[in-house]
Amino acid sequence: MHPALEVRGVTKSFGSGKKTLQVLGGMEVTVREGEFVSLIGPSGSGKTTLFQLIGGLEKPDSGEIRIGGRAVTGERGHIAYMPQQAALMPWRTITDNIVLALSIAGVPAEEARRQSMEWLPRIGLAGYESSYPHTLSGGMQQRVSFLRALLAPRDLMCLDEPFGALDALTRLQMQQWLLSIWEANRRSVLMVTHSIEEALLLSDRILVISASPATVIREVEVPFARPRSSDLWTDPQFNRWKQELYELLSSNSVLSVEDERSS
Amino acid sequence: MGDKLRFAGPPLAVLFLLLLIWQGAVWLFELESWKLPGPVEIVREAWTIGPRLMEHTWATAQLAIIGFAAGAATGMLVAALLHLIPGARAALYPLLVLSQNIPTIVLYPLLMIWLGLGLLPKLVLIILVCFFPIAVAMLSGLSQRDPRLADYLAMIGAGKWRIFRDLELPGAVPYLFSGLKIAAAYSITGVIVAEWLGASRGIGYFIKLSYSGFLVTRVFAGVAIIVLLSLIVFGIIVAIERWFTRWQPRKEGK
Ligand SMILES: Nc1ncnc2c1ncn2[C@@H]1O[C@H](COP(=O)(O)OP(=O)(O)OP(=O)(O)O)[C@@H](O)[C@H]1O
Ligand SMILES: [Mg+2]
Repeated sequence: MHPALEVRGVTKSFGSGKKTLQVLGGMEVTVREGEFVSLIGPSGSGKTTLFQLIGGLEKPDSGEIRIGGRAVTGERGHIAYMPQQAALMPWRTITDNIVLALSIAGVPAEEARRQSMEWLPRIGLAGYESSYPHTLSGGMQQRVSFLRALLAPRDLMCLDEPFGALDALTRLQMQQWLLSIWEANRRSVLMVTHSIEEALLLSDRILVISASPATVIREVEVPFARPRSSDLWTDPQFNRWKQELYELLSSNSVLSVEDERSS
Repeated sequence: MGDKLRFAGPPLAVLFLLLLIWQGAVWLFELESWKLPGPVEIVREAWTIGPRLMEHTWATAQLAIIGFAAGAATGMLVAALLHLIPGARAALYPLLVLSQNIPTIVLYPLLMIWLGLGLLPKLVLIILVCFFPIAVAMLSGLSQRDPRLADYLAMIGAGKWRIFRDLELPGAVPYLFSGLKIAAAYSITGVIVAEWLGASRGIGYFIKLSYSGFLVTRVFAGVAIIVLLSLIVFGIIVAIERWFTRWQPRKEGK
């Protein structure tokens, strides 16, 4: 079986002449079928840029991107995507937002409507089916945004700092929520995060990337068995891994202090 | 309903007060009606020539509505085309602005020379005065799209047309309506100009006729009808706008 995602030797620069900025320098990323992989790295290192390349919004200078074994470099519409901000159309109701995303992915409107009606109660949004986005809290909007990605009939989900904009408490709830949903559905996921704990809690594998030009400097197999419990952070092993990743990131002076929760 | 009344209350009260002062001044200074008739006099005069006035009003309203609809369609189409065709906006936008510098009073006789005396030159004039504010408002709305939403849609595979239909167009609706409100007022003054310069019916014609007979009270009656028409059209557009932008958060009490 082909991996869900292969990124091979992808480089990318912005600008030209003296102002050229090399953002990605030979990225190598693999996400196997049904695997949850996290990308962790400094701010401005090119994580969002990598997603834009995978999504076909930008073209790499060199290298190749394969999804499900097929070369899709520069092609759009092969991934399910959850952006950092919820990106809901303000003039569409929650249901209609989900229907829009799914119909772009080729799902017939009726089927999309049926699925969103079925799923909204499951993510704690019963009764919000025909509400407009501005009447929902930030966390609720992120859940809609996630559901939209989850229901899209694509093999690979790309999550760009899904909870980055949320307060610590909501973030904690959302991580546990995502953990339970993902363990029940086992999609192939590539997630960007700034939080070591989040990466340890959710992923099968963690890729640590360097400041620009970004490359993968370390790959960590997360050893915790699934299904994982939400009090994983009390496990001494969890704290050892956290310590090790923290040292790795700070030795590369790549960690922004704000991102680490003091616990 | 109570909300709407509260919203309409203050301006209506001010209007009533102004009419009262006006009428008071006319009585107090014993102004003759061929100089400045009072509101009571105007209403009485309008009442006596009622049926004829209604005919003229209907003619004007019909022309304004048809012209406005055609102008709105033209304006939206122009905006969509300038937005969608690469380079069109940069090339044609300055010419569009230039076209608005020709006064309607100069333009209309030319239109009559080219298009005859019938309905056509009037419609063309109204379309010309209407389409511009609509096209400009909608164009700026279309280019105000949220880049994060656009990137999101592109990432999940939306094409240019899809982004136009589901992001740029709905996002432009609030802008479009501010253009429509301006254009509605323009369309009525456009009709008046056209009727004044070359017609045998309509409020513009009626006012011109009243002027030449020094029937100042009737002139005022005509003006009052223009104001009423404008208010009605404006109200209709605001109602439609509210329906289209019902998703927008509304501030309480405003
Ligand atoms: N379209 C662009 N044109 C020019 N420079 C760009 C463009 N997009 C990104 N960059 C630059 O590339 C670098 C990486 O940006 P990117 O958004 O990928 O970082 P990131 O890792 O996602 O950061 P963060 O964690 O803060 O979201 C930045 O220095 C940014 O200025
Ligand atoms: Mg980013």
